Amino acid sequence: MAAETTQHVAMTLNDHLPVLQVLIPFVAAPLVVLIGSRRLAWPIAVAASALAFVVAILLLMQVIDGSVISYHIGGWAPPLGIEYRIDAANAFVLLLVSGISTIVLPFARESIKSEVPARHHTLFYACYLLCVTGLLGVAATGDAFNVFVFLEISSLSTYVLIAQGSYRDKRALTAAYDYLIMGTIGATFFVIGLGLLYMATGTLNMVDISERIAEQGSNRTVRSAFAFIVVGVGLKVAIFPLHKWLPNAYTYAPSAVTAFLAATATKVAVYVLLRFMFSIFQPAFLFEVNTLEYIILPFAIIAMFAASFIAVFQSDFKRMLAYSSIAQIGYILLGISFLSETGLTAAIAHLFNHGITKAVLFMGVGAIVLRTGGTFYDRITGMGQAMPWTSGAIVVGGLSLIGVPGTAGFISKWVLVQGALEKGWWPVALLIVLSSLLAVIYVWRVIEALYLSQPADGVDASEVSLWMIAPIWMMALACIYFGLATDITITAARSAAHGLLAGVVALH
Amino acid sequence: MSWEFFVGHINYWLFTFLMMTGLYIVVAKGNLVKKIVGLNIFQTSVFMLYISTGKVTGGTAPIFPVDMQIDPEVVYSNPLPHVLILTAIVVGIATTSLGLALIVRIREDFNTIEEDDLVEIEKALARDENELYHQAIGDRV
Repeated sequence: MAAETTQHVAMTLNDHLPVLQVLIPFVAAPLVVLIGSRRLAWPIAVAASALAFVVAILLLMQVIDGSVISYHIGGWAPPLGIEYRIDAANAFVLLLVSGISTIVLPFARESIKSEVPARHHTLFYACYLLCVTGLLGVAATGDAFNVFVFLEISSLSTYVLIAQGSYRDKRALTAAYDYLIMGTIGATFFVIGLGLLYMATGTLNMVDISERIAEQGSNRTVRSAFAFIVVGVGLKVAIFPLHKWLPNAYTYAPSAVTAFLAATATKVAVYVLLRFMFSIFQPAFLFEVNTLEYIILPFAIIAMFAASFIAVFQSDFKRMLAYSSIAQIGYILLGISFLSETGLTAAIAHLFNHGITKAVLFMGVGAIVLRTGGTFYDRITGMGQAMPWTSGAIVVGGLSLIGVPGTAGFISKWVLVQGALEKGWWPVALLIVLSSLLAVIYVWRVIEALYLSQPADGVDASEVSLWMIAPIWMMALACIYFGLATDITITAARSAAHGLLAGVVALH
Repeated sequence: MSWEFFVGHINYWLFTFLMMTGLYIVVAKGNLVKKIVGLNIFQTSVFMLYISTGKVTGGTAPIFPVDMQIDPEVVYSNPLPHVLILTAIVVGIATTSLGLALIVRIREDFNTIEEDDLVEIEKALARDENELYHQAIGDRV
């Protein structure tokens, strides 16, 4: 395992960082409702989110060298008490979630003002904070049942947030309902899996479970637990055949919500999958290797092609991006299925890089919606001249989506190709490059509409305010920065991958 | 499969039956409220699975005597699954109420809660959107 585990002797505020990470947005959410002021809702949300971001940075600094922080809730030592366990993998996810949330909020202010009636604003921000709480909690906790509870906190608030899109398009309601049904089935499958794990091991602490499973080896209960958990979490990840909820949910949700969810929610679900596959179940088990190789790998490749192919034929910018998200999740799963340190590094780096890329693009769409009232290509034509800043950022995001050198998307795809070649799977490496060509087509369609045609009649064409430009460009610059200065993401991702695979190495 | 095996695993058989019943209703029924009912049956079956695993043969209620004179001979049932399910029940209620609230809003906006009708309405909406789009593109290309 890791170099050292910091024992729980809570003396200073610094020792309480793991729980503060979750507690800050969690306390802020009811505060927004109780104060009930429309003017104060947004500042409180920003303050809470920014504080959580600072905490995430402090935590990542403590664990980037491979050490592990174990925090005991209420002083009850694990395995009996609930443990929050921070290592490089989840500190990275915490940073992504709190960072994206903090940057999307300034953008959300105006976007939400135009898309959601004012009387719902306080409740909207409360739900937003609850969603952040849930996602952070899933990442921070080291207790398997706690994962389920936080997953449901984030999911329930997500359904509400998506349904808020109904003031722009009533299909948001059916999208939210479909997601509710599928998300709940997924969560319930996950709980069944946890129940079977509890039957097999008699504990819920992740470290404890993994030790006991390693001891007793695989049996039918453990295998069925694995199956239930992979399918359950797979629904939340939107693994290829389980992705039906995603396109509508992303298309009809308010722009700011889509930007936040696309960048974080599926990524956190991928993290849960990683945690269960590598920290709890050991890839030393044949059934897990088989699942990865014969189920996850083919579906990842199908997702890369099928979803990209569908994206090419979309005439709605937002829906196109939603399908491209499914394809990009395919890349992440492909990296996981390599079952090597390079592959995992690529998956974790792509999780981060795709998060910021999609945040740029969905915020860009949100800015265009504010000005033109639509997301179809005929509404965005000619915006290159009318909204130069927004369009410029969309181009940067688009290039990162393709994986052009110099952007964040290139780095993770490069490592992914390396991982494939390392295994000697050169056809897979070829497929990664080929599917990126499909991305060239769908991104080109957007650029063509933006720059190479005249604006539609009756479109109010002017640049959006600095409140929206600033977050969009912050993310766009991050796309370029993480494309040039690769050591931060790759070091953190490699450290996380190493930590996840450490248990495997010990078993061999 | 012997009779003892069947009876010994009765809680699992019941769980599987209820679970599949619930899942079937969610998938097969077109009425949105019925889908929520199915979801409830599905979730309840999981509660049953958990709670039945807490039973220890010959175990009594897991309450220590007031004087804390604990007899090591006494076997207690496992209370942890009950606690977990208490949380899961709360989650289930929240999901049900949110689902029903969404149905009310769907009824207000679409005037139906039958899935087939909803699909028809959404198809028509998408068709109109595409027509508008092609007109707009066609005018300018």
